[in-house]
Amino acid sequence: MDVLMGSRLQFAVAAMFHFLFVPLTLGLSVLTAIYETLYVKTGDEDYKRAARFWGKLFLINFALGVVTGITLEFQFGTNWRYYSEYVGDVFGSLLAIEATLAFFLESTFIAVWHFGWKRLSPRLHCLAIWLVAVGSNISALWILLANGWMQHPVGYVMRNGRAELASFWKVFTNPFGWLEFFHTVSAAYILSGFFVMGVCAYHLLKRNEVDFFKKSFRVAATFALVFALFEVFNGHLHGAEVAKTQPTKLAAMESLWETKKGAPMYLFIWPDPEHERNAIELGKIPGLLSFLAHHSFSAEVKGLKDFPRDERPPVLLTFLSFRLMVGLGMLFVLLSLWAWIKRNRIEESRLLLKLLLLSIPLPYIACELGWMVAEVGRQPWIVYGLMKTEQAVSPISPFQVLVSLTAFIVVYTALGIIDFYLLAKYAKRGPERA
Amino acid sequence: MERNIFQVVWFVLWGVLWTGYFVLDGFDLGAGLLLPKLAGGETHKRMVYNAIGPFWDANEVWLITAGGATFAAFPRAYAIMFSGLYAALLLLLFCLIFRGVALEFRSREEDPLWRKRWDTVFTLSSLLATVLLGVAFANIFKGLPVDGKGIIHGGIFSLLNPYGILGGVLFVLMFAVHGASWVYYRATGELEERARTLALKLWPFEFAVSALFLAASIVFTNLWNNYFRHPVLFVFPLLAIAGFVLTFVFLRSRKALASWLSSALTIIGAVAWGLAGLFPNLLPSSISPAYSVTVYNSSSSPLTLKVMTAVAFIFVPIMLAYKFWVYKNFSGKLTEEDVYGEEVY
Repeated sequence: MDVLMGSRLQFAVAAMFHFLFVPLTLGLSVLTAIYETLYVKTGDEDYKRAARFWGKLFLINFALGVVTGITLEFQFGTNWRYYSEYVGDVFGSLLAIEATLAFFLESTFIAVWHFGWKRLSPRLHCLAIWLVAVGSNISALWILLANGWMQHPVGYVMRNGRAELASFWKVFTNPFGWLEFFHTVSAAYILSGFFVMGVCAYHLLKRNEVDFFKKSFRVAATFALVFALFEVFNGHLHGAEVAKTQPTKLAAMESLWETKKGAPMYLFIWPDPEHERNAIELGKIPGLLSFLAHHSFSAEVKGLKDFPRDERPPVLLTFLSFRLMVGLGMLFVLLSLWAWIKRNRIEESRLLLKLLLLSIPLPYIACELGWMVAEVGRQPWIVYGLMKTEQAVSPISPFQVLVSLTAFIVVYTALGIIDFYLLAKYAKRGPERA
Repeated sequence: MERNIFQVVWFVLWGVLWTGYFVLDGFDLGAGLLLPKLAGGETHKRMVYNAIGPFWDANEVWLITAGGATFAAFPRAYAIMFSGLYAALLLLLFCLIFRGVALEFRSREEDPLWRKRWDTVFTLSSLLATVLLGVAFANIFKGLPVDGKGIIHGGIFSLLNPYGILGGVLFVLMFAVHGASWVYYRATGELEERARTLALKLWPFEFAVSALFLAASIVFTNLWNNYFRHPVLFVFPLLAIAGFVLTFVFLRSRKALASWLSSALTIIGAVAWGLAGLFPNLLPSSISPAYSVTVYNSSSSPLTLKVMTAVAFIFVPIMLAYKFWVYKNFSGKLTEEDVYGEEVY
């Protein structure tokens, strides 16, 4: 294994493991804040218990999200030295701003929330969890603006042998970054909605604390449905932006080999990258790909063959990840719609409850697939069109990377198992007695 | 690259972030590495955990921000240091990961063996993180073999030279006294007295090793050069010495908060002493001064530094304000009843 492959694998492990915890942090902070707000507004003790119960699960999840996030900051320097040197002028500042604006806020107020039940008035205590939610979501914005810049670099100028900031405003208003933000945060909210619905389903199936879990369920079902629908809309816009700015990624996502006007979409495709074609194409819908990518049935969509082989991303992985992600996204719309319709008498729909319990892992898978599309689909570039991944890697020894990669896999596996064990344990235990 | 004032501003802000980090995370690292010495039974252990409970996470953010600021303000320095000190930094990273989860997981199971194991993880990761930070900074003070291409030669074991090891020992003692005086400030009962006694016992060692380190710095580093050029800088080591003396005085006269603040003053003085001596280097080269990584040859563009300065000047005061509020409201005396229940570690 060479340093490049090892470092790529290590970053993939670090990022994907980190993202097992991030979405629930983003969404469950908001849901906990909503429950606590309902308590402050209505005085209903069940909502206080809900805030405490879901908040405890939040804390267990948050711990790993935080510590695995540090890894990513370190990785840019340890494994991607020339990347850091080449684009740090633009990219580094976004990370520093993220830390200054968001990390202090969320880490300070999660402690205020955790330790403040007896010390603060209900309103102030509720404010603390809102600040946590705001802090973690601001953090998502800045890190996604940073990633958005890697996807579609703007507002820079080449000077002194590196990319230097030319317009902070352009970097801040990069449409790619904002679309990634809406897309990622909505995904996180869907995941959190399904997580809460799934845990509620577990208890409702056992007829445990039915009133309590129905109240939690109602909020989560609405939350999940709103963002599942929004995700379809913003996901489409995001795709159209990819079509505009990253033609190689779009072609790989759709496994489109030939450049075509009025490009069709196929319900089923199996790519054959070796022969630069698709082995199977079934269920043709004429012009749909052109329409989705460029909002015109006759628009031209670039095929992979228009690009040199060494500028194409891995097609099979990008294509499959994208298809599966979209399929799951549609499933979330249907499931959350069904759950929303039944939300007031959910305890009677045992089939739906069973489905929701089994669905807990699905949004996790969708999130990971989404990141595969974003990051694998960007290859061979680390900054699209500007710097290749192979140019970015640090001058370190393969042995070092092998040791650290192994350590990450071992440690993360162990900690992941413990964390999910604790989450399951406290989720099953249910809320404190009224 | 042209020289500009923002490079100096960011060196100062970089120093402020590191100082903030050592003063704040220093006490929870110290409490962590002293855990087995401080606390006998479960109640005392929980008292130590909850003494740092509401603060440790936000304290660690100072490190993340210091790292982020290095990346943003001096990207070349960040790139060279992080790739060149690969093994040491990943070890530090794993320590931080283990420390964080140990705190969160430890009290989530009743099983005494589970708790004992996490206690051990917490102590060892706190200790190793402290040693690594000390060794790393001492080696930066001393200079590393950075070549013309910005590659650091020699592996992690070359960091374990006498001066580097002395730096590690110094950090352990400094954070231990700092942590013990924090626990002294927050604990009640037997633990309160135990923490005070321990801080008093460690103090002479801290003082002796500090004096040794300052003297060794004459031999191993060029830190003192800036001092003879600008004698006003002597205020920093004097602050550290004042902090030392006051820590002892206040520990003796049983003024807990004052002793912790004095210990904080020691750390502020010590870090400022080192960094003022380092300037304008961020990473001196032991091969040739021409290869040293300085604020002038590693900084971001003036525009980036200006944007970052604006962000820092707006948001750091806000952050300091809410942090101060939290310290004021959440650092009262802990009784034995305070450390059990759902709302604590």
